[in-house]
Amino acid sequence: MPDRVAIVGVGHTQFRATSPGLSYKELMFEAATKAYADAGIDPRRDIDSFVCCSEDLSEGTGIFDEYVPDQIGAAMRPVHTIAGDGLQGVVAAYMQILTGAFDVVAVEAHSKASNILTPNHVLALAMDPIYVRPLGAHPHIVAGLEMSRYLYESAANREQCAQVVVKNRGNALFNDAAAYGADLDPEEVLQAAAAFAPLSRLDAAAPADGAVVVVLASAARARALDAEAVWVLGAGWCTDSPALDSRQWGTAEYARLAARQAYRLAGISTPSREIDFAEVDDTFSYKELQHLEALNLFRPGEAGPATAEGLTAMDGDLPVNPSGGSLGVGHLGEATGLYRLVEAVRQLRGEAGPHQLPDVEVGLAQSWRGVPTTTGAVVVLGKEPEA
Amino acid sequence: MGLRRVAIVGAGMTKFMRRAMETGRELSWQASRMALDSCELTLKDVDGVVIGTAPDVFDGVHMKGEYLADGAGAWGKPVLRGYVGGGTGVFSPIQGWYHVASGLFDVVLVVAEEKMSTCHPHPQGAFLSIFDNILERPLEPNLIWIFALEMRRYMAAYGLSKRDIALVSVKNKRNALDHPCAQVAENITVDDVLNSEVMVWPVNRLDVSPVSDGAAALVLCAEHVAKRVTDKPVWIDGVGWHLDSAYWTNRELCYPKYVEYAARMAYRMAGITEPRKQIHVVEPYDPFSYKELHHLEGLLLCGKGEAPQLTADGVTQRNGDLPVCPSGGLLGVGNPIAAAGLMKVAEIFWQLRGEAGKRQVPGKPTCGLAQAWGDLMQVGTVIVLRT
Amino acid sequence: MVSGREYPGTPLSDEDLHQGKVLTVERDPNARYAWDTGVAIGRFLAELKNGRIIGRRCYRCRRTVVPPRMFCEQCFRPTDEWVYLKDTGRVNTYSISYLRWDASRVEEPTIPAVVEIDGADKGMGFLHLLSEVKPDDVKIGMRVKAVWKRPRDRVGSIRDILYFKPY
Repeated sequence: MPDRVAIVGVGHTQFRATSPGLSYKELMFEAATKAYADAGIDPRRDIDSFVCCSEDLSEGTGIFDEYVPDQIGAAMRPVHTIAGDGLQGVVAAYMQILTGAFDVVAVEAHSKASNILTPNHVLALAMDPIYVRPLGAHPHIVAGLEMSRYLYESAANREQCAQVVVKNRGNALFNDAAAYGADLDPEEVLQAAAAFAPLSRLDAAAPADGAVVVVLASAARARALDAEAVWVLGAGWCTDSPALDSRQWGTAEYARLAARQAYRLAGISTPSREIDFAEVDDTFSYKELQHLEALNLFRPGEAGPATAEGLTAMDGDLPVNPSGGSLGVGHLGEATGLYRLVEAVRQLRGEAGPHQLPDVEVGLAQSWRGVPTTTGAVVVLGKEPEA
Repeated sequence: MGLRRVAIVGAGMTKFMRRAMETGRELSWQASRMALDSCELTLKDVDGVVIGTAPDVFDGVHMKGEYLADGAGAWGKPVLRGYVGGGTGVFSPIQGWYHVASGLFDVVLVVAEEKMSTCHPHPQGAFLSIFDNILERPLEPNLIWIFALEMRRYMAAYGLSKRDIALVSVKNKRNALDHPCAQVAENITVDDVLNSEVMVWPVNRLDVSPVSDGAAALVLCAEHVAKRVTDKPVWIDGVGWHLDSAYWTNRELCYPKYVEYAARMAYRMAGITEPRKQIHVVEPYDPFSYKELHHLEGLLLCGKGEAPQLTADGVTQRNGDLPVCPSGGLLGVGNPIAAAGLMKVAEIFWQLRGEAGKRQVPGKPTCGLAQAWGDLMQVGTVIVLRT
Repeated sequence: MVSGREYPGTPLSDEDLHQGKVLTVERDPNARYAWDTGVAIGRFLAELKNGRIIGRRCYRCRRTVVPPRMFCEQCFRPTDEWVYLKDTGRVNTYSISYLRWDASRVEEPTIPAVVEIDGADKGMGFLHLLSEVKPDDVKIGMRVKAVWKRPRDRVGSIRDILYFKPY
């Protein structure tokens, strides 16, 4: 029974605000082709199972699972859809390999956010139909409420949140795949039009289109493939309360519990020392700070000051979101977390080019499914099979 | 094969109803509560949750898995929602299987729910969204078209009449009279089927399962826990699933090859070489009368085109040589999509433990199979259980 | 399963709902999309506007497929060539529908069919409607031909073909 699982191939398209020339199938084919070439495999022969991540209402199609197999080499193969985020797809693949019954599993996710004409109305459909929807509230109000509570509990401030935006969009200038690289200063973020106070328009990641495919393999198969393997040291995922009335507003409980599970498997007891860099969800600026504390990478209340001091910059002690995060890359729907995993893999392989971090051995990718969910996943990766 | 053993130790379900007063979360809770009570475990014992639920458009909630999470016992736990259309009900215990067989989980709760009554004016209209967004939806297809097209092709391939096929509705609706949760159990004749309203020829009203609300749940655990919890664990000895190409109009519809491949995958794992002899009781997916026959052939339980004769000869009656749908199936008990598939797995679980009451098939069966189907004439999901 | 035990769930009837015996909340979803057709389907629709059906060919497995796709799902490689197909074909399967998409009944049935298109590989078809034929006269294998909208009425849609008729 294999006890170590590796990422052996990654591939993705560019991420851009629109992708008018290509259908979602064509984007998926591009990402899959690149990932399989990276892994040196033929999906018709070498892949035992495929996992796709999607939500029907993000696609505008019922049972979207129907439309996934052909363009990723999965026609007439074991395929299943996880109605969840890309990292939840990764843990599904990870578990399949750990059973011993599957050696190579591919995971796919994509975003065609530009094709949703009424995104806020679609997102509103995720709110409780009886207790919340009748209030007619825009779903981003949930983020505004949460940001208020987080700032209150952590004593972080809007300026520190603005620093997250500046850092991430600045990092994205060094990432060719990213949609929203920009050289901003904190004042611009603070002065931007209020969205759902205390959020300003620039505190929220804008959506982008693109596709991502990742290939996981058992240790034995990774060696046989002579792949540029990056190892899954641990993984965790968690859903906290879906109900607005019974959730923790200030802390990201789901991230704390997911990380706890991942760290336990990875044998990590002091994450702030043992993890060299992190790709964490920053769908909204404050989320990066909230997640860093929930992940135990900074103590409660310290992520804000650390950011202001530059500790999470590319040249800082614990670089966070060298890819540019969602703020810089674009929010990729269910593919968001999967792309962060790709970034972590590239960093550990030394393939991140202009945004390469020096001397990294262990990295972390974390996802959040966005408003109004309290669901997220964590994957800890390492250059070596043991942390 | 050296895989970790996983057992089903508890099961529960709600009534299947055209319209339930309970919300989807409440239905999920009712089924989960019953499943946990049946094996005297509590939520504290549950390490992880799998939620199976099909199109979000019925419940009218986007990211439906998040909304159902706390009702399904998933508060503060790792939870994944798998979604393979109609195949979901049998796929969710397969997901539960890979959770436990991975070694990461000891006890997993599997919950399947569907609330179709929410969709007005009629749930059938929501199925428009499953057709190809550009090439098919403009033709305004009704869901039943695709079954009628397949049924016509199946009849033509083997020279079958509607009478041959109607026997399945007669058998299953009669079997369902012994199921306490059944929505549409009744004693009918072949003529009743033939005289019922033509919907999309060759499909008549009594050839079709109804629209339903309902939920079902199973408790899965690792071998060492199963032995503590019960003296009658039911082992998941084989799992299989396959998804065919999305291009169903390029497919030979008279035979479900994807069901065969899924079955082969499960048989190989379970060490089954002569399915007809080694499997004692079967619950194939029967949303339409002809589907039971189609699937019996795909499951390699008889030759191509031979299932009607098997039915006419009484082989598939409860006291026959190969009892098929002793529960009453979807045609008799009801079709809350994901919950219906899980109901079939629960039925095999109860049959193998001798707990199926008036539905019990004689002869002390020790090996049973449940199968579901889904997407666009496209997915087969198969589970083989043994005591 | 314990016999005689009460299973949970409270069935409601239509009357319960209409007579207000339970409280309800209603909402119309506003979920609207505009899908990028991409290279393959974009071209397919553009050719329909021209009154032509087009497919793609994979040189490796030598299949000519319709609807066209830029990838061969069997070989997992890009497809190689556009191929104009005929606008005639054979009925692969058909049915006779008395229901609209929303489950309401119609008096005059429609005849949905899968039509295999001449020029593509055997079995390669797409969904459309048959007309100018009595339902009882339709046969599997029957030869049919597309009836097109007038050129000025075509917009680049599967409905630029009105239906297929016997031929």
